[in-house]
Amino acid sequence: MSTNTDATTGIPAQRASTADKPRKPGKEQRFADGGGVLNVFSHGFLALWAVLIIGPLVWIILGSFKNNKEIGDSAWSWPSHWGFGAFSRAWDKGIGDFFLNTLIVLAGSLTLTMLLGSMAAYVLARYEFRGNRIIFYFFVAGAMFPVYLALVPLFFMMKNLGTVIPWLGLNQYAGLILVYTAYSLPFTVFFLHSFFRSLPSAVHEAAMIDGCSHTRAFFQVMVPMAKSGLISVFIFNVLGQWNQYLLPLTLMQQKSSSDPDHSMLAQGLMNLAQQSGYASDFPGLFAGMTIAMLPVLVVYLSFQRQVQAGLTSATLK
Amino acid sequence: MRHRKTPFIFGFLVVPVVLYIFLVIWPYAQTFGYSLTDWPGAAPPRKFVGLDNYVALFKDSAFLSALQHNLLLLIVLPLVTILLALFFAFMLNVGGKSGTGGVQGVRGSAFYKVVFFFPQVLSVAILSMLFQGMYRTDKGGLLNGIVIALGLTDEQHPWDWTTNPTFGLWCVMAVLIWSSVGFYLVLFSAAMQSIPKDIYEAAMLDGAKRGTTFFKITLPLLWESIQTAWVYLAIVAMDAFALVSTMTPGSYYGGGPDHHSEIMATLLMRNFITFGKAGYACAMGVVIFFITLVLSVVSLRVSRRDKIEF
Repeated sequence: MSTNTDATTGIPAQRASTADKPRKPGKEQRFADGGGVLNVFSHGFLALWAVLIIGPLVWIILGSFKNNKEIGDSAWSWPSHWGFGAFSRAWDKGIGDFFLNTLIVLAGSLTLTMLLGSMAAYVLARYEFRGNRIIFYFFVAGAMFPVYLALVPLFFMMKNLGTVIPWLGLNQYAGLILVYTAYSLPFTVFFLHSFFRSLPSAVHEAAMIDGCSHTRAFFQVMVPMAKSGLISVFIFNVLGQWNQYLLPLTLMQQKSSSDPDHSMLAQGLMNLAQQSGYASDFPGLFAGMTIAMLPVLVVYLSFQRQVQAGLTSATLK
Repeated sequence: MRHRKTPFIFGFLVVPVVLYIFLVIWPYAQTFGYSLTDWPGAAPPRKFVGLDNYVALFKDSAFLSALQHNLLLLIVLPLVTILLALFFAFMLNVGGKSGTGGVQGVRGSAFYKVVFFFPQVLSVAILSMLFQGMYRTDKGGLLNGIVIALGLTDEQHPWDWTTNPTFGLWCVMAVLIWSSVGFYLVLFSAAMQSIPKDIYEAAMLDGAKRGTTFFKITLPLLWESIQTAWVYLAIVAMDAFALVSTMTPGSYYGGGPDHHSEIMATLLMRNFITFGKAGYACAMGVVIFFITLVLSVVSLRVSRRDKIEF
């Protein structure tokens, strides 16, 4: 396929397809009435931005089917063959392992973040005791600091910790899990604090009168009532920790070549990208990116309503 | 009271608080101390040098230009992102045809929201690699493909996007804007939808045009969300490390060519990891901290307005 047709037909095709997608069937679009001009105008800009978002992503996916020569020769070349060779090469280079590493760390850190964060937020929000305010502001303050500020000492602390407790130091899952959890706590506590405050106390009091213990009241009464808030902050943490780059870059460094590579997905992909500058397997690299993007895309499309609502409410708090 | 409260409170707080103090507060506090020493990072012995690191910082031309670049990001990124997001949110929510029901959103607004929001869930590493492909300096890059197809240049002279001293930083900024607009669009859109429709209908009945309703109704009622957005984007602007360090040229942590796209964070990492000047790097961390602190305080002061409830 030649270069120009792709460039010029891409945009109008997209515009037509979105505009033609009828939301209310049978209702013709009327250009004559007051908002008609604005309607076309807004669809134009909206569709243009949609193309700007989708275009690069499609281009990457197409790239994983091309060969090196096709990628280098022209941006508009079409894949000559539709095989999955690049995908299996990318997988062999460790994408699968990086995925697994990320899943292990996230499973641990998200569980801990949600558990510890909601426990702390709950106690701080609903119990009066000395030092309550101080501890709360202590947590809130942590959300304001840029992580660079802690990076240097953190690196040496984890390094030293590793010499005392081998499974906790640098390049260890458990170490990174604890660090992720600690750095997610300020926002989690801050958000859930206001959420637990807004819950009615009647149900909780009824449970207490029935002889429920504080701990049980928390897990069986308050947590189910706080579900929507917990989901919001969970989504926020999933994205935050999934996207984390600086902390694993600093902390998940192999101590020697015999040390297993525990890179997170983002970090591992980036390493591959730098290596592939020499090996120049661009299709493999593009395939790796596609593999890394697909699960996110699937999860996002299935839960986009919750993701959008969760992130929006988490930000506005 | 049948159930004793104190052990419960203690039991629920002890683990999170200890973890937090040990891994977050303590390293933060240490940084302030280290910034006053000539600590090389590796070996423990270090000498107290007072404010020498800070004095050196403000004589370091690389640092000063990094500071300028951070300030540029701090102004341009929130401004452009918020304007674009507001524009699109307005188009989505009131850009539709005006019929009997007053103002309505465009068709397919849900579709647009899903698409626009997607970059927000992409990991920053993916984002960086995606745009490394886009910005390739040979004719295989998508953007060069476009400028060649448009006839702005020919195949022998592709443009040098991120490696260009003047435009490198702007290329990174474009990626940040590309990825953030969707999120703020959804944020503003949610805020716009919570504004009662009858306010618009009343204004329309009084003969107000869409532009007027936007500036007189929508914008003032959205002010709080815009403030929030500004604070978040300021944090993003201070935290452009991952993109700058991977997308711009430079032997360690990007920032090139010749410091033209240097930001404080890349300089910090290079001084710490590559040059082993940990004390100096800590001083930069403290400067970043104070800028962030000033920003937060200013934005809290500015945004202190009467809360409007519907």
